[in-house]
Amino acid sequence: MFNRRKIAAITLAATLALFAAGCKKKAPPAPPPPPPAPAPTTTPPPPTPAAPVVAQFTAEPTSIQRGQSSTLRWQVNGNATAVSINQTIGTVQNTGNRRVFPSESTTYTLTATGPGGSTTASATVSVTAPPPPPEPPPAVRPTVTLEGALSAVQDAYFDYDKSDIRADAQSTLQQDAAALKSILADFPNATIVVEGHCDDRGSAEYNLGLGDRRASSAKDFLVQLGIPADRLKTISYGKERPQCTDENESCWQRNRRAHFSPGQ
Amino acid sequence: MKKLFLLVFALAAFWFALSAQDFSGTISKGQQPHIAIPDLRGTGDAQKFMAAFNQTLWNDVNGSGLLKMVPKTSYPLTVPQQPSDFDSNSTPGQNLGGRAMSDWAAPPASANYLAFGYTAIQNGVFVLRGWLFDLSQATPTAAQVIGKNYLGSVDEAGARKTAHEFAADIIARFGGQSLFGTHIYFVHQAAAGAPKEIWVMDWDGGNQRQVTHFNSLSIEPSVSPDGSRIAFTSYAKGTPGIFVFSVDPVRDLHFYNQSASVNSAPSFTADGKQILYSSSAGGCCRIFAANPDGSGFKPITHSTYIDTEPKVNPKTGNDVVFVSGRSGPQQIYHMNIDGGDIERLSEGTGEASNPSWNPNGQLIAFSWTRGFAAGKFNVFTMDVASRRYIQLTHDEGKNENPSWAPDGAHLAFASTRTGRTQIYTMLGDGSQPPTRLTTQGLNFSPIWGK
Repeated sequence: MFNRRKIAAITLAATLALFAAGCKKKAPPAPPPPPPAPAPTTTPPPPTPAAPVVAQFTAEPTSIQRGQSSTLRWQVNGNATAVSINQTIGTVQNTGNRRVFPSESTTYTLTATGPGGSTTASATVSVTAPPPPPEPPPAVRPTVTLEGALSAVQDAYFDYDKSDIRADAQSTLQQDAAALKSILADFPNATIVVEGHCDDRGSAEYNLGLGDRRASSAKDFLVQLGIPADRLKTISYGKERPQCTDENESCWQRNRRAHFSPGQ
Repeated sequence: MKKLFLLVFALAAFWFALSAQDFSGTISKGQQPHIAIPDLRGTGDAQKFMAAFNQTLWNDVNGSGLLKMVPKTSYPLTVPQQPSDFDSNSTPGQNLGGRAMSDWAAPPASANYLAFGYTAIQNGVFVLRGWLFDLSQATPTAAQVIGKNYLGSVDEAGARKTAHEFAADIIARFGGQSLFGTHIYFVHQAAAGAPKEIWVMDWDGGNQRQVTHFNSLSIEPSVSPDGSRIAFTSYAKGTPGIFVFSVDPVRDLHFYNQSASVNSAPSFTADGKQILYSSSAGGCCRIFAANPDGSGFKPITHSTYIDTEPKVNPKTGNDVVFVSGRSGPQQIYHMNIDGGDIERLSEGTGEASNPSWNPNGQLIAFSWTRGFAAGKFNVFTMDVASRRYIQLTHDEGKNENPSWAPDGAHLAFASTRTGRTQIYTMLGDGSQPPTRLTTQGLNFSPIWGK
């Protein structure tokens, strides 16, 4: 086993060695060194000064919307004594950049002046009008909770120990019906609870029944006015949940009522 | 149990005989025996519990309303502690300063009966040796009506227990039944607008504790005849519905509520096998009867207006008083348990509600605004057969939900006489000032059960 593996390793190494030797190319002989440059024989004339060279003058981006900025970048090489950019920018360094906020399409001209003359270059920033504002989102109703909406629906009031809908309660419930229809449309999954309440003079046990009758009367009246019966539930609170506890007719009347609250 | 019932009946008959004499509201007390109860003393460490003991013994006997308490200031100076303290060789008319029975029977004490004894701590037990003597007898031997040992724990509660038991034995000799061990269920509210829960307390206002924890409106408790279950109305599941609980341990027995916007005012039949209640099923509200689990419900009344608060006669089991608005303002009505023979009991004036049967099955207590403005309820009692009534409270706040005690002699009720509604007890003839049992928050709708 051990020997066999060793033999295999040697065989592989030998094969690789042969293969590597076979691929090797013969290197060409190195070229001779170039001859030395001839020595200058004449004194060259003094160079005439060259004009500065504007190596770069760009605007990035070249196209903006009004209100946006573009950046000018420049580089002046050579012998420049003055570099300036028009459009109120004025004298600048040989190399630099500057953010500009043109309100309309503008061509900037860079002038580099030196003993050898002047060189100019220009860059144009084209300004487009901003796009029109996007369409406003569709108008939404102010966010109203069911509870909040129902708080504006008026209570219907009852006479003592009575559950029939008296004249003022009829007109109240007619207004309520319109409001409730709108609320039920706005809250399509909601049910509304008609609570029946009593003043605290009858017995608690009897008032549980009286409150139920008041809630049922109010519900029946609203159903006649087109409110779907299955979206109105009733509960009697008897005299268990008074709005006030004073012993006078004003308070008693406030407690003899049908009141609307959110269902579950 | 039978014995208790007989006692109740006997007392009720006695009470009724008295009340039949005069319906103006005052009852002659001329026939009441006079009892002297000098303070008992304790041997050694037992003495420190005797203030509580003596107060309890006195209050229980006095509260029974069956006996006239001879004031302690008129007692002889020497108080016997056991029968051998009496000088049996005294001659009639001889004043021995308390060592002769005649010293107690003669003026100024003029007692008919004498309760006496002593207490001691023996083998880690508080022991009361108590005697009741009939002072009309010639000798101490003949005079002994009660001579008994009572055992309690060595603390104030143990001392009170022996006092309650001694008092119960004394009261029983005069046809009364002790309230010791009975319970009053009621509705407690920490403050206006807070949840209402069912609570329970001992008959004397002690040991007040919460039963329900629905954090809702739980109202209208009633208790089964054997005291093992309560039924009440609660908003715990939304609309008002009926719950039935066992009380020891407190457990929801899951009453099935028929589909209705209101199921309320439950109470037990005399045998505890049915529950009557008011339901808006089919139109508010009719009286229904159902099994204790709510099954098998069926209407008993067929009113087109509100019928509620059905209460089955605990004696006969087959007639019912209830409240109805069928003739106008709410009034008390009576009918057979099958709904037949409906008749109005209250006159039709004012508003009447909260009927409660006396265990004797003859009297009811109820609240009525007769003679006062709407809402100004007072407690009345009425003999159902004759419809004669007695007014027990007189415009001291609102007085509602009277409930007879198992002894047939006492009533619990709710009153606003001191401001906020609280629970009081009083004798069913109104002859003693009410005793206030609750002080914290608002407390309503007491129901007195075993």
